[in-house]
Amino acid sequence: MAVPGRGHGPAGMKMAEEVHTETQVAHGEGAHSGGFPPFDTSTFGSQLLWLAITFGLLYYLMAKVALPRIAGILEDRRDRIEGDREEALRLKEETDNAIAAYEQALAEARKKAHTIAQANRDKLSADVAEKRAAVEADLGEKLAEAEARIRDIKAAALGQVGEIATEATSEIVEALGGGDVSAADVADAVKQSMAK
Amino acid sequence: MANDPIHQFQISKFFSLELGGVDFGFTNSSLFMAITVATVAGFLIMATSRRGLVPNRMQSIAELSYEFIAQTLRNTAGSEGMKFFPFVFSLFAFVLVGNMLGMFPYFFTITSHIIVTFALAMLVISVVIVYGFMKNGVKFLKLFVPSVPAWLLPLLIPIEIISFVARPLSLSIRLFANMLAGHITLKVFAGFVVTLSAFGAVGWAGAVLPFLLAVALTALEFLVAFLQAYVFATLTCIYLHDALHPGH
Repeated sequence: MAVPGRGHGPAGMKMAEEVHTETQVAHGEGAHSGGFPPFDTSTFGSQLLWLAITFGLLYYLMAKVALPRIAGILEDRRDRIEGDREEALRLKEETDNAIAAYEQALAEARKKAHTIAQANRDKLSADVAEKRAAVEADLGEKLAEAEARIRDIKAAALGQVGEIATEATSEIVEALGGGDVSAADVADAVKQSMAK
Repeated sequence: MANDPIHQFQISKFFSLELGGVDFGFTNSSLFMAITVATVAGFLIMATSRRGLVPNRMQSIAELSYEFIAQTLRNTAGSEGMKFFPFVFSLFAFVLVGNMLGMFPYFFTITSHIIVTFALAMLVISVVIVYGFMKNGVKFLKLFVPSVPAWLLPLLIPIEIISFVARPLSLSIRLFANMLAGHITLKVFAGFVVTLSAFGAVGWAGAVLPFLLAVALTALEFLVAFLQAYVFATLTCIYLHDALHPGH
């Protein structure tokens, strides 16, 4: 501890002598009575000068070097975080847009497919209806034709009934022994009975 | 002599420099001022040399101290006060590191001398007065006129003036007295331990209590060392607020 006193006497010196050395050195330093060091005005000049030098230097280093650098680091970090956040938001918006576009395209394709299917269905059913109509018309014609033929055959058959009846009658009359009856009489008689 | 609690405040000279009858010599006090500045500047400049986007431990400490003081200043003096940020930061760092260096055994405590703390306090008050008049002109004197009924003013204006004048005194004596008293107390208790242990086994037993006290006081002194630096910086911010906005 006794920096100024050290080396002034032999190592084995007693306490009182050391105090003496201290006082001597203190006296040598300036005009004071070795009292309370903080109130020793002889040291004020030196303390003030070196405080001004060191504190001035500290202020200069802080204001010009250290603090702007820390401020720059903090600023960079803030900017970077802000930038990253904006980039993330931009990417999210892009993704949202892509999803929306995809969904729209999907909806359009679905609608188109529906339209095509509907058109196909309509076309097919029209086709079928047409064919059915043609077949039905054909069938109707054939039916009519067949009916006409049946009618002809029936008419023809009915026309021959008188003849057969006349023949049969004349043969019956002959068989009954009614003599020979003229064919015209028989025909008249048949005609009369048929008209009844 | 080893137990003299005052001895640690002795200023010893390394070389003399006499000018006009005043000695400006380089002393142990000057040395520790220089060490304080070198520690603060060296640490901050080295810690931030990497300029890491993701800070390492050293850079984190530098950034934390920056933001700590910046926030204190912004909260007390408003964002206008940020132009004094290098000043307040330098004061805080100088006092804090000066106090902390003083906690090392055999190290000199620069803030245990009233002339140093008084000079710093006068610097603060000078900045307040000069900037206050520069920015507000005569309106700066409104600082001494509280908004109360007129008949109270003759009583209150002198009180305001006295309290303003007392600021550099209280600011400097608070720091000086805290550091001085703390170091004396520590030294006294540590001295008890040494003195008692010279008396054999009984003395050793008796030395336990002052030893424990010395340990506890050391912890307390670290707290005080930080707290006083913080108080000094905060009060500086409050006084700067007056310079910026004198109208209460």
